[in-house]
Amino acid sequence: MTLILEAIGYGGWALHALVWLPVLGMLLVLRSEEESAKHVAFWWSLGVFVLSLGLWWAFEPGWGGMQLASSTPWIPAWGVDYALGVDGISLFMVLLTTFTTPLAILGSYRYIGKRQRAFYALMLLLEAGVVGVFLATDVFLFYVFFELTLVPMYFIVGIWGGERRIYAAIKFFLYTAFGSLLMLVGILYLFMKAKTMLGVPTFALAELLQVPLSGTEQLWLFSAFALAFSIKVPLFPLHTWLPDAHVEAPTPGSVVLAAVLLKMGTYGFLRFLLPLFPVASQHPTVVSVMMVLAVIGIVYAAWVAAVQPDAKKLVAYTSVAHMGFVVLGIFALTLNGIQGGLVVMISHGLSTGALFLLLGMLYERRHTREIEAFGGVGRVAPLFATAFVITALASIGLPGTSGFVGEFLALLGTFETHPTIAIVASAGVIFAAYYMLPMVQKVFFNALEKPENREMEDLSGRELVILTPLVALMILVGWHPTPILERMEPSIEVVLERVEEAAAPVMEAEMLPGSETSHAPETAPTTSSETD
Amino acid sequence: MTIFSTLLTSVVQEGHGGGGGDFVPFLPGLVVLLPLLGFVINGFLALRHARRSADAVRAGGELDLGGPGERPATHTLPSLVGPGVMLLAFLVTLVNFVRMLGSELHEPMVVHYWTWIDTGAFHVSAALQLDQLSMVMMMVVTGVGFLIHVFSVGYMKDDPGYPRYFAYLNLFVFFMLVLVMGSSYPLMFVGWEGVGLCSYLLIGYWFSDREKADAGKKAFIVNRIGDFGFLVAMFFLFVTFGTLDFVPVFHDAPDALVYGGGLATAISLFFLLGATGKSAQIPLYVWLPDAMAGPTPVSALIHAATMVTAGVYMVARSSTLFALSPVGSATVAGIGVLTALFAATIALKQNDIKKVLAYSTVSQLGYMFLGVGVGAYAAGVFHLMTHAFFKALLFLGSGAVIHSMHHALHHTHNHADPQDMRNMGGLRKYMPITWTVMWLATLAIAGIWPFAGFFSKDEIIWQTAAFGGAEHAPFPGLYTAYWVIALAAAMLTAFYMTRLMVMTFHGSNRTGSAEEKHLHEAPAVMWVPLAVLAVLSTFGGWINVPEAIRESFLGGFGVLPMTEWLHHWLEPVTATAHHIQETNLGELSHYAPFGGGEVAWAVISTVMALVIVVAASRVLVRGEVKPAAEDAEPTGFGKVLYNKWYVDELYDRTVVQPLLRLSRFCWKWIDAFLIDGAVNAAGLVARGMGWAGSLFQTGNLNTYAFFFSLAALVILGVVVF
Amino acid sequence: MITEALILSAILFVVGTFGVLVRRNAIIMFLCIELQLNAVNLAFVALSRLVGIDGQVFVFFVMTVAAAEAAVGLAIIISIFRHYESVDVNNFNLLKW
Repeated sequence: MTLILEAIGYGGWALHALVWLPVLGMLLVLRSEEESAKHVAFWWSLGVFVLSLGLWWAFEPGWGGMQLASSTPWIPAWGVDYALGVDGISLFMVLLTTFTTPLAILGSYRYIGKRQRAFYALMLLLEAGVVGVFLATDVFLFYVFFELTLVPMYFIVGIWGGERRIYAAIKFFLYTAFGSLLMLVGILYLFMKAKTMLGVPTFALAELLQVPLSGTEQLWLFSAFALAFSIKVPLFPLHTWLPDAHVEAPTPGSVVLAAVLLKMGTYGFLRFLLPLFPVASQHPTVVSVMMVLAVIGIVYAAWVAAVQPDAKKLVAYTSVAHMGFVVLGIFALTLNGIQGGLVVMISHGLSTGALFLLLGMLYERRHTREIEAFGGVGRVAPLFATAFVITALASIGLPGTSGFVGEFLALLGTFETHPTIAIVASAGVIFAAYYMLPMVQKVFFNALEKPENREMEDLSGRELVILTPLVALMILVGWHPTPILERMEPSIEVVLERVEEAAAPVMEAEMLPGSETSHAPETAPTTSSETD
Repeated sequence: MTIFSTLLTSVVQEGHGGGGGDFVPFLPGLVVLLPLLGFVINGFLALRHARRSADAVRAGGELDLGGPGERPATHTLPSLVGPGVMLLAFLVTLVNFVRMLGSELHEPMVVHYWTWIDTGAFHVSAALQLDQLSMVMMMVVTGVGFLIHVFSVGYMKDDPGYPRYFAYLNLFVFFMLVLVMGSSYPLMFVGWEGVGLCSYLLIGYWFSDREKADAGKKAFIVNRIGDFGFLVAMFFLFVTFGTLDFVPVFHDAPDALVYGGGLATAISLFFLLGATGKSAQIPLYVWLPDAMAGPTPVSALIHAATMVTAGVYMVARSSTLFALSPVGSATVAGIGVLTALFAATIALKQNDIKKVLAYSTVSQLGYMFLGVGVGAYAAGVFHLMTHAFFKALLFLGSGAVIHSMHHALHHTHNHADPQDMRNMGGLRKYMPITWTVMWLATLAIAGIWPFAGFFSKDEIIWQTAAFGGAEHAPFPGLYTAYWVIALAAAMLTAFYMTRLMVMTFHGSNRTGSAEEKHLHEAPAVMWVPLAVLAVLSTFGGWINVPEAIRESFLGGFGVLPMTEWLHHWLEPVTATAHHIQETNLGELSHYAPFGGGEVAWAVISTVMALVIVVAASRVLVRGEVKPAAEDAEPTGFGKVLYNKWYVDELYDRTVVQPLLRLSRFCWKWIDAFLIDGAVNAAGLVARGMGWAGSLFQTGNLNTYAFFFSLAALVILGVVVF
Repeated sequence: MITEALILSAILFVVGTFGVLVRRNAIIMFLCIELQLNAVNLAFVALSRLVGIDGQVFVFFVMTVAAAEAAVGLAIIISIFRHYESVDVNNFNLLKW
């Protein structure tokens, strides 16, 4: 595989292709027939996914820095570069994006009736924007892509959404734009500082990392960046745009929103916040605030989710809870915590994406999302029920599914540094069952009383094609996450090293004892004789 | 690939095993894999059938399965696959067991398959651990499991969801084996939650029935509260040891943890919370009685013989950790003994045959907790094993009874409850085999010599006394109380079990004259497993007869060959714990709190139990029992017991409803009103300002001109002055 | 001399301003605007004696613009009149909030 990739010079153009091919696809979709637009979009995005799979082999697992990196001046006067690169953190986000987009498009075949061309064009534009966010290594370029994703999502919610789509779209737009504008101020401040420091204008992340910042500066800049990313995540109490946007968005919109867009926030934490402002990121107050908000998000969102009458809103709130685990893991500032957070990001993308697809399928059949309108559906749609139950279980972190690996590691990592918070957050596993199981029961179990539900069709071939890879991945990642973990680890080490370096002077001053609690065991278990 | 290569190497090395040498495991992965394979096959059949049945429902009817001879493949193959994989798994286990018997194994054998999680800071393998303890559990799970699978073939044969039933059952066995064979806490947790999932699926097996689906949900959520404890305990372990694999943790524990220290206590208490959830102990026992909504063989397998004993297994597995925490151990024992008594009192007044057995299970699990809580880990596991035999037998027997009752009521279109003992009576005449084996099981559970339960229960009670009387026992008075309560609960056990037997099998029949004719003995596929279990319930206790009893007349003055066999067998696993105990507690007592030795108290308790059984059966047979439809509501204290001390109601008032109210409050007030209100208010302020500004836009040319001039004057003024 | 010219210019400008503000007839308002423009022109010319030739140059610009404005403005007023049969500006307040 590696040989083939080398033969076609994959490493040289792959990242650019991943950003620009969806744009090209968008133009193609716009030029195609209204009826065939969806097929063009689906096959095109599938092609992009196949292309992105090459990254798996082109990526060097043992190395933590940016790989396949390239940089060309874009606006030389301001020092803006068109710079792309991939590391262990962004690799999986890119793959998740290219993986969910075709599935989301395939899942919208029946849902989207009007203005299909425009819709699928926007979906591809969204893909380009998100991939760009994850690949950009220039802060300005990152910001451009970050804002670019707002536009297609705004229209997707605002045009193809439900009844309150305008309200939801504007809320979504204003909420996120508000945050990112503050981030822009922060970016410009950094830029100015770097310019006076280095003498040349630059937005390159690697250069900005060299800029020494005082503690106060870091705290202010951290706040500006953190606000933008926290809204995106979303972190309690900045989460209220999410339920509205999810409920009103059409199925594919919700899928991409949950699976990918939210991850831009936590990705931003890892890529920018921790490395750029290492002192602020481990300031005890900052860490406590972020962690407490994350824990509140976990517990509170679970409670609120449990009493939602609308199934889609329920799942939307669970997103807040899941992303709380990610933030928790990241600010634990331990290897386990961040690895766990990243796995939760992947797992949440798979399971919540699948849940939204399933709810979309349910809506297409019954034109309602009221939980009370269903009941006993498992009898007429057994495959549907099976897929839903497995997905729901992955979502609540049952061992053997991807959700468990992520949540377990995130909590484990948190416990290493903040035991009390980890214990409270662990209660989230109880509340996860408390919100998910009643919904599953009310929809799929109980008596099949309503005549409308009797008519319901089971999964069609197309829907099976959508769900099978998702379910398979949930279980596969649950049992064998090592390939993912080993690729992330070096890049996370890089981030952590940076944070620890910054901490060193602080630590020396305060004479804090190092963490001596976790030492490797000296005895190895008796292994079987299989090897000798 | 790794799996296969390991399997192959194991086969090749087959010849080296046995004969006092090293233990060579025989395809341990296969034991786990076989039930999984069964699940895949049955699951596929189940989905196929469900698709067809769904088509029929959509067309407005129900799928007709046809008579017993003309069933489709989806309903005949599971009869072969379900018990088949279990038999194979049992045979493989047996081979391993025999090999282990013939070899010296002091350290657990860990068979590594693949790296499950490796973050760089935390590593855990998908690996199976074979040692004496997991071997006992594997034997119980696959052996009793196989018998129950066979029984299910008869019991469930007319159920439309037949393949789905076997799929769940096989999946359960898979997870149960992962639980007992996993070589680390996380892997045990996989099994731990996995069996919980299967329990959920099987309790709610008839998911169209709301009550049953509710019961499944309750089981899952309550279990998750316990799982929370398990998780936290794992976190504590990890920060202390840097690993969660059993072997290094138990190796390092005596040095890393201080005896009686806060950390050891925290770990053991959080693990205990996990165990109370899974093993249905106070305060999390409430799900188990409701779990009887599942098919009866499920109650036998999951809610009596295997899954609910996972908590006991876990404490026994973690014996080193619990031994290091006297407070933790005392709490384990205390919760156990209280549960034993509490559940026994409830069982006195239940009329549903399965409910009696459910509370009886809770009570017996309490004994096991008492056992492992007083450091008698082998005794706890011993009772776990004998309980698996006699309780599975009791449940399956009750299944046979319900099966028969159901047929009789079904034939006559009677809607009476087939599980209500008030509708039974006199079944002895129609079901002689079931009657016989259930009496054997009753004598076993009542602790009457020489049945299995006598040895295991007596051992636990004796060890409680011995532990409390140790030289440096931590809370001697407390253990005396435990001992008294344990004895009292044993007497209650004898009584309620006799009541069950009398109400079901003796006296006159209350089913109804028309129904009576349709009562019949269970078919061979059902009674043969019963007979096997009856043998085990009768003689199963002989593998661990205490030395003192063996030498006395109760042990036939030393004729039994396998004295304290299980105790010695488990010694490698519990050695560290016993060592810690000996160092810190000193010599255990040889006398009960009020005098008397082991043999004396064994005689006293068995005689008392026998007296109660005989007396109760005499008295109860004479007493009039009315059929359920005519029976009056119980009054006074009986009503409290009948309503299970109102614990469910209490939980509903103090936990469930407040949580729901809090959730609604969070949603309506914090989310929608406070946060969203603030957000919308910010939007409104911006809009309001825009609106105020727009008032100047009158559209009137003169107004514009006026403001224009005014502004010009103001600017002029500012510039000039 | 300049003072008188500037005073006249100011008086003319104020008259024009008041005319624009109080009158409702579009034509008259238009005439008043012309009056204002010419008041400014007068001031420019007067001040050019003091400051230099620039003021007179500016007057030419103003006159050009005023001519163009007159052409366009009158055209608009005529078309409005054709449509509404009125040149009262109180009738034309469509451009409000």
